[in-house]
Amino acid sequence: MSSTPTREVARRVFAREFNDATYTFKESDDERAPVYVLLPTGQRANRVFLVGTLTETEDVGEDSEYWQGRVVDPNGDTFFTYAGQYQPDAASMLRELEPPAYVAVVGKPRTYETEEGEVNVSVRPESINLVDEATRDRWVVETAERTIERIQRVGGDSTDEYVEMAREQYDEGVTGYKRMVEEALESLEAEQAEASAD
Amino acid sequence: MPMSETDLRTHAEEIHDQFSDRLDVTVDEIEERLETLVDEYQVPVSEARRSVTNTYLDEAGMDRDDLMGGGGNETKQVADIDAAEEWIDITAKVVELWDAQSDAVAQVGLLGDETGTVKFTKWSKSDLQDLEAGAVYSLRNVVTDEYQGRFSVKLNRTTTIEDVDEDIEVGDDSVEVEGALVDIQSGSGLIKRCPEEDCTRVLQNGRCSEHGEVEGEFDLRIKGVIDDGEDVHEVIFDQEATEELTGIELEEAKEMAMDALDTSVVADEMREKTLGRYYRVRGPTLGRYVLVNEMAQLTDPADPESALIKARSI
Repeated sequence: MSSTPTREVARRVFAREFNDATYTFKESDDERAPVYVLLPTGQRANRVFLVGTLTETEDVGEDSEYWQGRVVDPNGDTFFTYAGQYQPDAASMLRELEPPAYVAVVGKPRTYETEEGEVNVSVRPESINLVDEATRDRWVVETAERTIERIQRVGGDSTDEYVEMAREQYDEGVTGYKRMVEEALESLEAEQAEASAD
Repeated sequence: MPMSETDLRTHAEEIHDQFSDRLDVTVDEIEERLETLVDEYQVPVSEARRSVTNTYLDEAGMDRDDLMGGGGNETKQVADIDAAEEWIDITAKVVELWDAQSDAVAQVGLLGDETGTVKFTKWSKSDLQDLEAGAVYSLRNVVTDEYQGRFSVKLNRTTTIEDVDEDIEVGDDSVEVEGALVDIQSGSGLIKRCPEEDCTRVLQNGRCSEHGEVEGEFDLRIKGVIDDGEDVHEVIFDQEATEELTGIELEEAKEMAMDALDTSVVADEMREKTLGRYYRVRGPTLGRYVLVNEMAQLTDPADPESALIKARSI
């Protein structure tokens, strides 16, 4: 059988950790080889799936349309997503959607270095879709579970290639992310309690 | 692949063990007979072994049933079939009989045991008894085959069929996958298939890769990707499953395409209705695809409690 290129898994990550994932690398010298960002919890990501609240859209393009969307997770952290002429479907979604709205985004992590030498991480969307609150809640719990698994691995004695790479590249450690996961889940619990009290 | 000397030697030793208390025969003699069949007559080893064993059965005045381990084939369960061109014995129930599409095929259908189902083909020239739907048989000396990742068994001239007087609860070899629908790939939505008999290929710009330019028959299909953050699964929804998933029926899809003078509006609408949502689907696998028979959108409220307990215990 001919070998089919394996499709990259869409990783689940909260915005704070995603925005901290400033280290990028390739697995080969091939120009077309996929670029990965390294999550601080020790996993490579070439695709992400996120669901959150679209709070603002803005055309930041100069010559042609270039849409920025801000998607906020339960911790109040923001995913920045940018769509231009090469992402026509996602760009028209950002043009048409009225914030606030729950959206699901599938996309590729991209990094950009500012003039001040800071690295910004954003999402180049493959698709943006309007979804409901139940889908958002499911994503929060799922992303919490995946993140917990990664924190446990990186905090343990795992010798996984990307775990070791993360220990080397990021000095901050992962204890902050443990608190972040708890807060995300606690805020979801509070929301649900409020909803059932109504 | 040529059979190594040691393998034949092993077969010879096993045959020798079966007859050593009845016949005055040496391992070398048995090996020589096997070698003749395999090397000179190019007979498959399992066939050679069968033939040599039969010779000694006759000489010893024994029945095959008197032997331990039968004809030397491995008895397999359906789900354990994982290689082509293996000679095996199975006990299975005829789950379905299909219409044979060619004169060369006497019967074709589905066999099943507790572990799952497998397609079978029985050749006309093999001259075997007819299998009946719902009946259970012990089938000896069937040969496995593989096509695009799916295994089947072929009944042949050397196959023996025995009725088995007990029922089998046929198992389900479907798989279940759960996750977010993260992609609907090209070739999805309202498509046209080649109308030629038994073709059904999807047309590209009105052309069938086999039959050229044809009229084409409309169909609905989704080739999607379900992703749980750890693994990706490619899934195919046929017309019925696509209608259930999207709420868009074939007639409606045709009208949408007619109004827009473009079939791609159908896939766009389907993407809008389904992408980014969570689903659980179930069905048999075909190569790398799961063919969706059952589906459910996961809409029940997510429970943060157990994840919270896990997080706090880190």
